[in-house]
Amino acid sequence: MSQLPLRAQLASALGRTAATLSRATGRGDGSVIGGRVGLMLEPDLLRKLAADRKLVLVSATNGKTTTTRLITSALQELGEVATNAFGANMPAGHVSALAANKDAPYGVLEVDEKYLPEVLDTTNAGVVCLMNLSRDQMDRAAEIWLLAQKWRRALDGRPVHVIANCDDPLVTWGASSAARVTWVSAGQRWREDSWCCPECGGPLDRAGFGNGGQGLTAAQIADTNWACRECGFRRPEPSWALDGEYVRDPQGQHWRLDLQLPGQANRANAAVALAVAAVFGLEPGRALPRLRTVTSVAGRYTTVERDGRSMRLLLAKNPAGWLEAFDVADPALPIILSVNAQGPDGRDTSWLWDVDYRILRGRPVFVTGERRLDLALRLAVAGVPFQLCESFEQAVAALAPGKIDVIANYTAFQKIRAEFGRAV
Amino acid sequence: MQSELSIVWIYPDLLSTYGDQGNVLVLEQRARARGIPTRTVHVRSSDPVPRQGDVYLIGGGEDRPQILGAERLRRDGGLHAAIERGAALLAVCAGYQIMGTVFGGEEGQPVPGVGLLDITSGRGERRAVGELAAEVDPALGLPTLTGFENHMGVTRLGPGVRPLSRTIVGTGNGDGTEGCYAGRIIGTYLHGPALARNPALADLLLSWVTGPLPPIDDTWYQALRDERLRAVLPR
Repeated sequence: MSQLPLRAQLASALGRTAATLSRATGRGDGSVIGGRVGLMLEPDLLRKLAADRKLVLVSATNGKTTTTRLITSALQELGEVATNAFGANMPAGHVSALAANKDAPYGVLEVDEKYLPEVLDTTNAGVVCLMNLSRDQMDRAAEIWLLAQKWRRALDGRPVHVIANCDDPLVTWGASSAARVTWVSAGQRWREDSWCCPECGGPLDRAGFGNGGQGLTAAQIADTNWACRECGFRRPEPSWALDGEYVRDPQGQHWRLDLQLPGQANRANAAVALAVAAVFGLEPGRALPRLRTVTSVAGRYTTVERDGRSMRLLLAKNPAGWLEAFDVADPALPIILSVNAQGPDGRDTSWLWDVDYRILRGRPVFVTGERRLDLALRLAVAGVPFQLCESFEQAVAALAPGKIDVIANYTAFQKIRAEFGRAV
Repeated sequence: MQSELSIVWIYPDLLSTYGDQGNVLVLEQRARARGIPTRTVHVRSSDPVPRQGDVYLIGGGEDRPQILGAERLRRDGGLHAAIERGAALLAVCAGYQIMGTVFGGEEGQPVPGVGLLDITSGRGERRAVGELAAEVDPALGLPTLTGFENHMGVTRLGPGVRPLSRTIVGTGNGDGTEGCYAGRIIGTYLHGPALARNPALADLLLSWVTGPLPPIDDTWYQALRDERLRAVLPR
């Protein structure tokens, strides 16, 4: 790793300089620009930086950043780990992450869903972790069945160990071409993108159809089984399983998670992280204490304070993400919702109609963000009373001191974070 | 219409890519606000389409589900029977294309459609993604159409249909018109929750079944429409 060819060493050093400049001038956190500069000087830099390391690639629609953090924490039990902790999940971000920690024998990289085949090719990573696929920013993202097909082709015949969530039919289909797969039953609450068989298009028999994707009962959520009525494609038998607060390992032993990160989605992320750790010989008994040290990830789940108001920030970028955020939000607290539609959010707000907001009835709800009127109509049609606010500050001021939940989509979330500092 | 308004959402398992549920919710809310009870059926693509519904909805989807949806609807025949009975239909995006006689498949190859609208669709050169605004056919007496489109389709209208609108901003059918209508069928490229931004279109569909409707409180619908049209219309 430290034996990079001269050109790669130079590219990597100049990249780090650019990253430092980016941070020093306040233009960004440096995780993209540094990698871009490096790649410009040495296009093969990622391959060279990846060589001789034990690498894990982490991909999904939701939970990539958090799961990357959890796996990183676990593997730190074994040694130094290079990682793109701030969600810069395309090749430039990977170069920055690996260049920043050249001697780390381990690497855990969050990878954008579309880039997974390319990054797998370049890095020759030995472990790939796949969690979920659902609708996300359709005005710019690829269609998810096509994504799963790309995964399937990229993994076909490759000597890679895949850890995948078998409760998500599309992920299962995408992962099942790999030579070696460890299946984890990590649950799937959002099912609107997987009623049809990814293999043949036939109907999948599974719990919960017909309620518009929301309001699955606890029994339906717990029932994670699925099978195609026509072609026989079915959920593989998992060797790891999330069971409420516990994870069952392949030996049948149950481990109570006791995470500091809240919610079912994070317990699912932890289940997958434990299965990845086991690939490296790390038992849950050693990995779990590490996972429990994680409190917030790139601002997600952070609590920020202002004028006696204590606000917990939840990021939700797509319908599945909103279901997860609702699971974490406290029904007894007032809630501020902020929605934008800039490039990174997707310019189309149609997805608001895939989210069932009725769960918010009875809470004081405050609506803000650049597309607050889209959200206002959505809530009005759902019969959820709300107060419209010109700005986040106005919403905060309208609330009495005390605890408040905040759910925001990407740029809305970043704006709030920028205002309260980038505490992680 | 019997004692309650029956809304049938066709194939949400195949054709509901992005917020299509919004059209169901808006119809329900606008009927309820007028004291009309509603009942909504979500029809899976493996199940028969009920013939006795009042308003039918079909949404958008990826190439492969679109082809499957068209095949299953043709084989099933339930929607044809309902339309013959006088039911209303809103067909959106991929759902709009398959109502024609032919549409473009995964590689642009012609695929036979359901044949309820006299239109043919193919694949355009580039994807039309963005806000759309259009002036509705004056014969329908509706305000400016507003919404979001995201498709690669180009649709040619035959003599059996009329253009729903003429585009001011956006691509629509690709020839300066957007969507079409014939009888009680409306087709549009405005994807997802088209009715949320166009409540008058929702009322048109409802009134075809229920008769004339009294006005209701449209504050939030109007606020969103005003904001969107201000954002996209040329000054």
